[in-house]
Amino acid sequence: MTSEADKPARSSWVLWLPFALVLSLGVLIWWGLSSGGESRLVESRWIDKPVPEFDLPPAMPGQPGVSSRQFSDGKPRLINIFASWCIPCRVEAPQLEALRDRGVIIEGIAIRDRPEDLARFLADHGNPFVGIGADQQSAVQIALGSSGVPETFLVDGDGIIREQIQGVVTAEMVPEIVARLERMER
Amino acid sequence: MIRFLAWLVAVIVALGAMLAPPPAHGQSGLPPAPYAYKQIDDPVKEEQARELMHELRCLVCQGQSIADSDAPLAGDMRSQVRERIAAGETPDQVRSWLVDRYGAWVTYDPPLGPETFLLFVAPLLALLFGGWLVLGRLQRAPDTERETPA
Repeated sequence: MTSEADKPARSSWVLWLPFALVLSLGVLIWWGLSSGGESRLVESRWIDKPVPEFDLPPAMPGQPGVSSRQFSDGKPRLINIFASWCIPCRVEAPQLEALRDRGVIIEGIAIRDRPEDLARFLADHGNPFVGIGADQQSAVQIALGSSGVPETFLVDGDGIIREQIQGVVTAEMVPEIVARLERMER
Repeated sequence: MIRFLAWLVAVIVALGAMLAPPPAHGQSGLPPAPYAYKQIDDPVKEEQARELMHELRCLVCQGQSIADSDAPLAGDMRSQVRERIAAGETPDQVRSWLVDRYGAWVTYDPPLGPETFLLFVAPLLALLFGGWLVLGRLQRAPDTERETPA
């Protein structure tokens, strides 16, 4: 091997180019891994589509379950995905009560819950639901494209899902939700 | 210099990996779904289901497949996959049922589309660029004296 010095100088930038690419790739990977903080929320793609067909048995005695047939009666409503074992759901409970007090119909879907745990949760944190369906194997949750608890779906009067809210419904969101549901009324 | 920069890249990548968040999921007192940990009777279908489960992303423990995860939601998804395949659906039907709900992101084997175009084309571009580099070198040094001994 002779020395590298006899190579034309103008080609040196080309030699650095792959290296620069690798470096920028490293920066990109670092940025991708460090930004976002918590793991990314997977949004449902089942938006502007009809509520999938399901018929969940009552999760609480004396209170109806939830069936997809209820959703096209002209009245917009919320589907709230929750569970007694879900800590943020406790934080969300007062806002659901406020929505109920303002006339919002809330259908509850209890994920992987035991009746005794659910009864305790509702006694402690209130029961703003017109019906609660027991989704023991997350089947309806998956059919809705939901990936966690709590999640809330806004459904219009024709039974079309219009919006997904991931995580806790905060007090600031309450008036906006009421307004949106009113606009969906037909 | 090159060695130093390579080292720097390695450190940056390692740091990034360390900063990645730990998974978090709630617990439920219920037993797992029927087919979360149980195989279906038909071995051919079980094999199909298993293959698909390794290719589907766990939604709450991202980075793992539902086959690898012990999260309750992953168990429920496994059970769904097995039940649907046992009922006669093909793996493609089950996959697209889930992609309709969660997007192509739910599979580790995403289809070619506008979102994934760059993913499929980038290796080809890199290969072309490398080929161009090699070609340039070969053309510049045609004298046999400078070739490295075999």
